[in-house]
Amino acid sequence: MRRNIKHILAASLAVLATALLTTAMVFAAETSGARPAFGPTVKTYKGDKCVEDTDYMRRNHMKVILHQRDETMHRGIRTQKHSLKNCVDCHADPKTNSVLGKDGFCESCHVYTSVSIDCFTCHTAAPEKNGQPPKAADPAGLKEKMRTSAVMGTINGNQP
Amino acid sequence: MSLSRREFIGIGGAAVAGMALVPGLRLVELARARSPEEAATRLQRWGLLVDIGKCHDCNACVTACHEENGVTSHGRPATDAQWIRKVELKDKLTGYVETLPVMCQHCAEPPCVDVCPTGASFKRIDGIVLVDKHICIGCRYCMMACPYKARSFVHEKTTNQKPHAPRGMGTVESCTLCVHRVDAGRIPACVEACTKDGNKAMVFGDLKDPNSEINKQLASAPTTQLRPDLNLNTGVRYRGV
Repeated sequence: MRRNIKHILAASLAVLATALLTTAMVFAAETSGARPAFGPTVKTYKGDKCVEDTDYMRRNHMKVILHQRDETMHRGIRTQKHSLKNCVDCHADPKTNSVLGKDGFCESCHVYTSVSIDCFTCHTAAPEKNGQPPKAADPAGLKEKMRTSAVMGTINGNQP
Repeated sequence: MSLSRREFIGIGGAAVAGMALVPGLRLVELARARSPEEAATRLQRWGLLVDIGKCHDCNACVTACHEENGVTSHGRPATDAQWIRKVELKDKLTGYVETLPVMCQHCAEPPCVDVCPTGASFKRIDGIVLVDKHICIGCRYCMMACPYKARSFVHEKTTNQKPHAPRGMGTVESCTLCVHRVDAGRIPACVEACTKDGNKAMVFGDLKDPNSEINKQLASAPTTQLRPDLNLNTGVRYRGV
């Protein structure tokens, strides 16, 4: 009987150790900048912050652009701040020139959460040509920010 | 006339004070362009005048429009979208041929708006008739209702759209009078191209402004609407049809 308890204890310790090791590896992968094994890749390529708080935008970006869409279409109000064009200009990957694709800002998250995205059947997913920042201005890619872990926290249910 | 330094400063100061004291109230419109946060108003009604006498065998307006709005051909003329087209009129007795560009006529009483079941086809307050593709279901009633055949259905998947001109399969589209340009205080691409590369046959302007170039030209010589019998009060007028 005593031996049995020892066995169980040893087995559970081994399981715990494995779990810890796996977590550590995932964290290491994230901090070193490599793509994590799962989850969306959410990057910003231009500017330091979004037009609204990140938390607000995660929940309400669709409402923001829906409101702006009607203002622009029906009333001719063309402010840049909440326009889809502005989203694309900042978030498009300079390599693919798009917010779509496997690692695209919009598509990676929408695929992960299984929410269909209809904007780009009509709208272009590429930024305006003259709106693109010169590549030489940011040679080391210092402004590029990886926010993967923060977003994954939200998606995994840590809603405040 | 020369101004002394003192007079110049005095006039300048008065002008600045005048603008600061009565914001929103201006005796003279300072600029035609609205700021981006200002909505379109009923103080304007945008229109076009095409002088057929000057319009010859030239396609500059069509090319410029389709370039500006990213309207590309799939090589299938029967189903390709066209926002503006050149129509040829031939006098069978004399053999005289004239051509004219036909696009959305931006009617004051648009039949396409009357028949639209979803409200996608609408007239903006400044007279520009548009399709809100977000709520267009692609039923094509508007295409049937339009006496000018100005609208097209997008049959195929679209790529490489312009950021200012979204286009998508399953929706109806037509000339927007280059609304993105008009909102920025510019003239439509067709008019720009006609003036630059064509025969200077098109004039764009505000039909409600008595001093606008288009109104002066409308008042100076006879013009007509296409199908005036329909009483649609079109925003696009023609001279010499």
